[in-house]
Amino acid sequence: MFGFCDDPSALPQWQWFACYLTSGTHLAFYWSFGVVMLLLAVVAPLALAMGMLGALALRARLAPVNLIGKGYVNLVRGVPDIVFFLFVPIALGQGIEWVLHQINCPDWDQPIRQGNDFIVCREAKMPPVGASAWARNVYGFSMAVIAFALVFGAFVANTLYGAMRAVPKAQVETAEAYGMTPGQAFRRVVLPQMWVYALPGLSNIWQILIKSTPLLFLLGIQDAVYWARELGGAKTSLYKYPHPDWRVWYFLVLLVFYLFLTWGSERIFGRLTERLSRGQATAEGERQRRRKAAP
Amino acid sequence: MKKLTLAIAALALGTSAVAAQDVVRMGTEGAYPPFNFINDDNELEGFEIDLGNEMCERAGLECEWVINDWDTIIPNLVAGNYDTIIAGMSITEARAEVISFTQNYKEPDPSRYAALVGTDPSVIESGVITTQSNTVQAGYVAESGADLIEFPTPDETIAAVRAGEADAVLADGDFLRPIVEESTDLEFIGEPMHIGGGVGMGTRQSDDELRETFDAVITEMKEDGSLNELLVRWFGEDTPLF
Repeated sequence: MFGFCDDPSALPQWQWFACYLTSGTHLAFYWSFGVVMLLLAVVAPLALAMGMLGALALRARLAPVNLIGKGYVNLVRGVPDIVFFLFVPIALGQGIEWVLHQINCPDWDQPIRQGNDFIVCREAKMPPVGASAWARNVYGFSMAVIAFALVFGAFVANTLYGAMRAVPKAQVETAEAYGMTPGQAFRRVVLPQMWVYALPGLSNIWQILIKSTPLLFLLGIQDAVYWARELGGAKTSLYKYPHPDWRVWYFLVLLVFYLFLTWGSERIFGRLTERLSRGQATAEGERQRRRKAAP
Repeated sequence: MKKLTLAIAALALGTSAVAAQDVVRMGTEGAYPPFNFINDDNELEGFEIDLGNEMCERAGLECEWVINDWDTIIPNLVAGNYDTIIAGMSITEARAEVISFTQNYKEPDPSRYAALVGTDPSVIESGVITTQSNTVQAGYVAESGADLIEFPTPDETIAAVRAGEADAVLADGDFLRPIVEESTDLEFIGEPMHIGGGVGMGTRQSDDELRETFDAVITEMKEDGSLNELLVRWFGEDTPLF
């Protein structure tokens, strides 16, 4: 990055560090924090959507829908996350290739599974043969997003389901007495009010989601933890910037990053709770009302 | 159906519809200097990278490198995520049951124990030995009397010895040599010994064509001495040559 970096071994300390901290691998390390944030930004709304669908399925009176909802929520919550993160991308990846194989190569005569190998025709490869590294990264990242959304969606579903039931029943009955259909009562009374009950649970899930992002490494994505381990390890003079084991410093940076992220989101959740409690029949809503009434 | 194909084509940004020659994807670990490692410019470097590029050029193949964890390097080859493994992998019977190997492109290199300076060599039989997981060395220690601690990356095994977590590390001499030579706190203990066969390139068992192509190139490079040149450049004058 700097002109004087050509021969780092001869540099004074501060310049050595300036070069070291701007090396190609370090830039990748800094970028990986962006990847983590991007994952969070994409997964959060998706998991919320999955959760909403799951919660609605749990509420559904139609037996098959209800069964699907129950099956999804209980299955995902009952299996260790890590197993799901390993299972989903492989199963989904091979599933997609299998389907494409059936569509594109109907006259293929060899078996797909040959001993240990999983072989589909050239047209069924996913990502396609010759895809750029960039396209492959996007594909891998999407797989990760799907796995995260599936797992966290199940937890969100249960939280939202509980929150929907926490809205006082009397209010729904009143709404229906005024002539609203069950659907209208749900949209106008339950949906706007449930969030205050869901927030503590959602904030829990969000914190756990933040702390799960190092699992990205399992899915072959070079996240911040991967780079911290890679960069922190002792380096011989085969490398441009030889140094002893510095992992403790790199992990310290990670620690600060994750703490900062969780602390920041905790504050945002605090604000949200305050905002959503306004006028609610909850302890916090009651407190706000009293504060306002006091002279 | 058309739509689906179209959508997939759109997904593959930067794809030429029909490539004359498919790109051969080469899987490597990128954490095992001097065989293969990621240098400070975030590029792959090492003996196997030079060798792989040379082989592809000679075979007229277009190759691209893929970095994959050591522990899942065989499953991902078998699943078709890449087409070859070229990652300092010793040819063993157990591995040959799952994947195919080309002939070796590097003679078996003696494995060595390294420990903190002053460590009693008896730890080899009765101490705690660390290795990278799923390596020939891990298999060897598991059958010896010593206790085994495995780590997913070779780098962590060295750190474990330095931290006192393990008494010694058992690894390829080629990997340990630069580390021991440049450090003041580590030394070799015990005798070098041969575990496993030479290092070869792995391919899927159903992919005979690719294996034969690379096999032919390795033979050619052994005969014209270019392989020896690479070996000397990366492993020094003392390395066994062909």
